[in-house]
Amino acid sequence: MTAASTSPMIRVAGVDKFFGPLHVLKNVQLEVPKGQVVVVLGPSGSGKSTLCRTINRLEPIDSGVIEVDGQPLPAEGKELARLRADVGMVFQSFNLFAHKTIVENVMLAPVKVRKTPATEARKTAMELLERVGIANQAEKFPAQLSGGQQQRAAIARALAMKPKVMLFDEPTSALDPEMVQEVLDVMTGLAKDGMTMLVVTHEMGFARKAADRVIFMSDGEVVEDSTPEEFFSAPKSNRAKDFLGKILTH
Amino acid sequence: MSVLTNHLDLFLYTFGQTLQLFAISAVLSLVLGTILAALRVSPVPVFRGIGATYVTVLRNTPLTLVFVFFVFAYPLLEIVKIEPYTAAVVSLSLYTAAFVCEVVRSGINTVPVGQAEASRALGLTFTQMLGNVVLPQALRSVVPPMTSTMIALLKNTTVASGFAVVQAGSIRDSLSEQGENVLFGLLWVAVGFVILVMPLTYVQQVFEKRWSVAR
Repeated sequence: MTAASTSPMIRVAGVDKFFGPLHVLKNVQLEVPKGQVVVVLGPSGSGKSTLCRTINRLEPIDSGVIEVDGQPLPAEGKELARLRADVGMVFQSFNLFAHKTIVENVMLAPVKVRKTPATEARKTAMELLERVGIANQAEKFPAQLSGGQQQRAAIARALAMKPKVMLFDEPTSALDPEMVQEVLDVMTGLAKDGMTMLVVTHEMGFARKAADRVIFMSDGEVVEDSTPEEFFSAPKSNRAKDFLGKILTH
Repeated sequence: MSVLTNHLDLFLYTFGQTLQLFAISAVLSLVLGTILAALRVSPVPVFRGIGATYVTVLRNTPLTLVFVFFVFAYPLLEIVKIEPYTAAVVSLSLYTAAFVCEVVRSGINTVPVGQAEASRALGLTFTQMLGNVVLPQALRSVVPPMTSTMIALLKNTTVASGFAVVQAGSIRDSLSEQGENVLFGLLWVAVGFVILVMPLTYVQQVFEKRWSVAR
C-alpha cells in the first residue's frame, strides 16, 4: 500500500452506536486497505459483530463515518442496495434461502440485481460451487446440507456478486467442530487470492495463519490493532492479555 | 330429491354464479391482500399506516354493511355507475382482502429475519426481497389459514342474495315463490356447498404436501 491516493476499501471513523442505553461502539476507528485480511477478535458482547454489520448498514450508526471504497454509506434505498451488492456478507447462521436450491441461492442476486442472464449466472454459480467444493450438492435444498456445506454455499452466494470486499460475521461459530476446517480452508483460499476481508471470528488459528492484521475489541472499543505475531506473542493491553489467557490455556 | 331434479337448471345456474363470484373475488382479494400485507411490513411508516387502517376498517365492518355501501350508498356518489353484480364482487374482494392481508402478514412473520438480512446484504431492493425471498416462504406456511379464508369467502357469496345478485343463496327465494319444499331445497344447497368446498380442501392438501418436501 504505497499509493497514498488510493482510498482504503473500508474506512470507519469516529463511529458510535447505541442499543438503547447500551453504548456498543465507542468512537471506533478502522481502515482496511485493499487486499488486506483483517480479523476482529474480542470477547462476546464487545461489539465486533455489530461493527461488522454496520459496514453494509445492516445496523445503522448513530454518529461517525463509514466509507466503502471511498464512498460514504448512503441512506436506506436503491443507492444502498447498489453498494451492498459490492460488499459480500457471510452470516453466522448461513441464512441461505430455504425455498431455493443451492445453485438457485447462488444465482438469485446476480440475476435480479446485476441482471445477468440466467444461463450465464448458472454457469458462474456452478464454477463457484466447484471452487468451494460442493458442486455435487447444487440441486439440493439448504436443509439437506450439513452446516459446513451450507456455509460454503453461503460464501459462494456472496462471491457470485463479485464483491470488492467480504465481511464474515462469525462464520464458523454455528458449526460442529469437524466442519469448521472446511469453511476456514475456503476462507484461507480467498485470502490468498487477494480478497479484501474483514473477519469476525473466534478461530485463533485462522487469525494467525491468514490475517494480515488483528483488531482486538473490548467493550465497544478497538483496544489493539497489530499484526497477528505481535498480538499473540506480545499483546500490549491488559484486556487482550486477559482474553488470550482465557482462550489459550484451554 | 324431486326438489333437486325438478329444478336442476336453477341449481346448476345459481351454483355456477356462486362459483364465478367466488373465483373473481378470490383472485382480487388474494392480490389486494398480498399488496396490503407488503404495505404493512414496509419500511415506510405512511404505507404501514395505510395497510393498518384498511385492515381495521374492512375487517371490523360486517360484510352486509359493505354490501349496503356499494349497492345503495356508493351509486349516490355518482362516480362510476356499477351493477349489483360488480358491487358484490367489489364488496367481497375488499372485505376478504383484509383477512388475506393478515394471513399473509402472519406468514411473513414466520420467515426468519436472517432471510431478509441476507437478501439486503446481497443488494436486493425491498420489493425484490419481498417477491423473491420472503413472500414465497411466507405463503408456504399459511396454506391452511388461507384455505379457511377462501372457504369463508365462498360461503360469504350468499350474502349477495340480499342485494339482487342471483347465486346459490337465492335458491330459497325461487323455490318458495314456486311453492316448493324450501327445507329440502336448502338441504340441497348445503350439499352443494359441501361439494364446492371439497376441492379447496384438496388443493390445500396438495400444496401442503408439495411444500413440506421442498425445504
